[in-house]
Amino acid sequence: MSQQVVTKKPALSRLPGSRPSKFLPYLIPGLVALLVIVIVPFGWNIYLSLTRWRGVGPVKFVGFANWQRLMADATFWKSFLNSFWIIVAIVVIPTALGLLISSVLTDVIQKKFGSGNASFIRALYYLPQLLPVAVASVIMGWIFRPDDGAVNDLLEKIGLGSLQHNWLGDADSALPILMVILIWIQLGYPIVIFMSGLQRVDPELYEAASLDGANWWQKFRVVTLPSIVPELLVVILTATIGALKTFGPVYLLTKGGPGTTTIVPSYYSYNQFFQLHQVGYGAAISTALTLVIIVFSVIFTIIQGRVEKNAA
Amino acid sequence: MTDATVQTPSQGASGKVRNQSKHIRTWGDWLALVFLIIGALVMLFPLLILAMNAFKTIGDYNANGPLTLPDHPTMEGIASFWKSSNFPLKFVNSFVIALVVAILGVTLSVLNSFALGIGRVKGNRWIILLIMLANMMPQEALLYPLYTMFKQVGIYNSQLSIIVIFTVIQSAYGTYLLSAVYGTFPQAILEAATIDGASRWETLLKVVLPISWPTISVLFVFFFVWTWNEYMIPMAFLMDDNVQTIPLALSALQGQHTIDATQLASASLLSIIPTIIFFIVFQRKLNQGIVAGAVK
Repeated sequence: MSQQVVTKKPALSRLPGSRPSKFLPYLIPGLVALLVIVIVPFGWNIYLSLTRWRGVGPVKFVGFANWQRLMADATFWKSFLNSFWIIVAIVVIPTALGLLISSVLTDVIQKKFGSGNASFIRALYYLPQLLPVAVASVIMGWIFRPDDGAVNDLLEKIGLGSLQHNWLGDADSALPILMVILIWIQLGYPIVIFMSGLQRVDPELYEAASLDGANWWQKFRVVTLPSIVPELLVVILTATIGALKTFGPVYLLTKGGPGTTTIVPSYYSYNQFFQLHQVGYGAAISTALTLVIIVFSVIFTIIQGRVEKNAA
Repeated sequence: MTDATVQTPSQGASGKVRNQSKHIRTWGDWLALVFLIIGALVMLFPLLILAMNAFKTIGDYNANGPLTLPDHPTMEGIASFWKSSNFPLKFVNSFVIALVVAILGVTLSVLNSFALGIGRVKGNRWIILLIMLANMMPQEALLYPLYTMFKQVGIYNSQLSIIVIFTVIQSAYGTYLLSAVYGTFPQAILEAATIDGASRWETLLKVVLPISWPTISVLFVFFFVWTWNEYMIPMAFLMDDNVQTIPLALSALQGQHTIDATQLASASLLSIIPTIIFFIVFQRKLNQGIVAGAVK
């Protein structure tokens, strides 16, 4: 709505009698802060990606050497392959489960058991989202402790002791268990956002669908899903950006290992910066990741615009 | 671009419809309830187990494992982390950083959004996109230059460094949301303010600010919680024990190999208590905020 007005009358502010340029002073603090804290450092980081530097001493300009090395670096590609699995754990599975849970919460629990009960159940699913990610990671690391952790103890108590595992320490289970932990952390986010979207749906639509003899799945497809397309897109965009930036759980739980089985771009670049003091190479990895995020966001925003236009 | 309304939409459609059908519960409804409760218990399981073991002695843990209630409940683990981490100081550090970021972040968001949403400064959509970079960028892409800059000006290893960075990062999201809200600010009210002879500054303070207060307070709570939860940049920039935050204190513990399972459980439980308190205090605000962030 506002966009149309903006494009029609670009020269006017919404305050009668004030030209848009009169508002520039209000932007100065924000833009200066952005310049100092984000734009200059990012430009600097791009420059660093063209250098060899140990963090101290002289900075040596090496052109695209770091970038060439990056393209041939199996660990770098592995980190992006793992990002794919992280996206499955943070975007795909929670969004799918979130759609199901939020529609049952809204459709069944809220209507038949009251909105108090629905809010309470929703709060339980949302709780891990509110914990600092470092604290959530430490807690889940504790649950999956190899020797005396709760999961291994539970398996033994129910007679499945043979399934005990060094969950985050073995190459075959580290990535799947990391994914389980990320799903646990993430699930509340889509549920809460989808539920708020579903409050807008006209109950008469459901009733009309019921009168037409639609079953639950048909109502979900025809009424629920189309109603929350905007929320769905917001969740997919923000969660994917979050997934690409994943750092804390990997740093605290697996350090990318064993080997490179759980390495992700953020951790790989952090490792280059602060453990190996390969500042130029770390800068190249983090710049590459930033570019991937920007390209994804731009493409996604264009798709989002098209979808919304079609819906309108 | 997200269009959000000034007032968050009211929850729920018509209550009457719900009440009519409330009493007819089919077995399918009960089945759905049971499944959701089982799911919720799975979500809660790690925290329940944690709480059970936070009050256990290590002897009890080694003998009976993590799945039993404590034999002789003890506060020793909690007290020991309280002392060893200097928990009150960590709490104050986290609190001060989060509070100042929330105040400054909201202030910047309002100023930006007034110019972009109401002032419609030329190129406003591009400026919003540029500002959003702060939010999209992986933090490690800023880490080394900021580290170098802050060392030079002498604010490395201080809370100020974290405050400056997160004020900018959080206000990016705030500008994105609030400028959409201000883009749909009731035109009649703005016109009335002009007719009354209010300057731009007066219009902002006396008209726009009070009316958009619900959205602003939601942003405030968000900024506070998000900053409280931050990990990577505080870890890289807060070296000394006396400036560190709660998440750093807990994660430092995990690195120590001498730490036993019950101590870690006690420390984790203590670390999440402030979060649980916010959760209870701010639950309504958070719900509204999530709505404000997602609605079209």
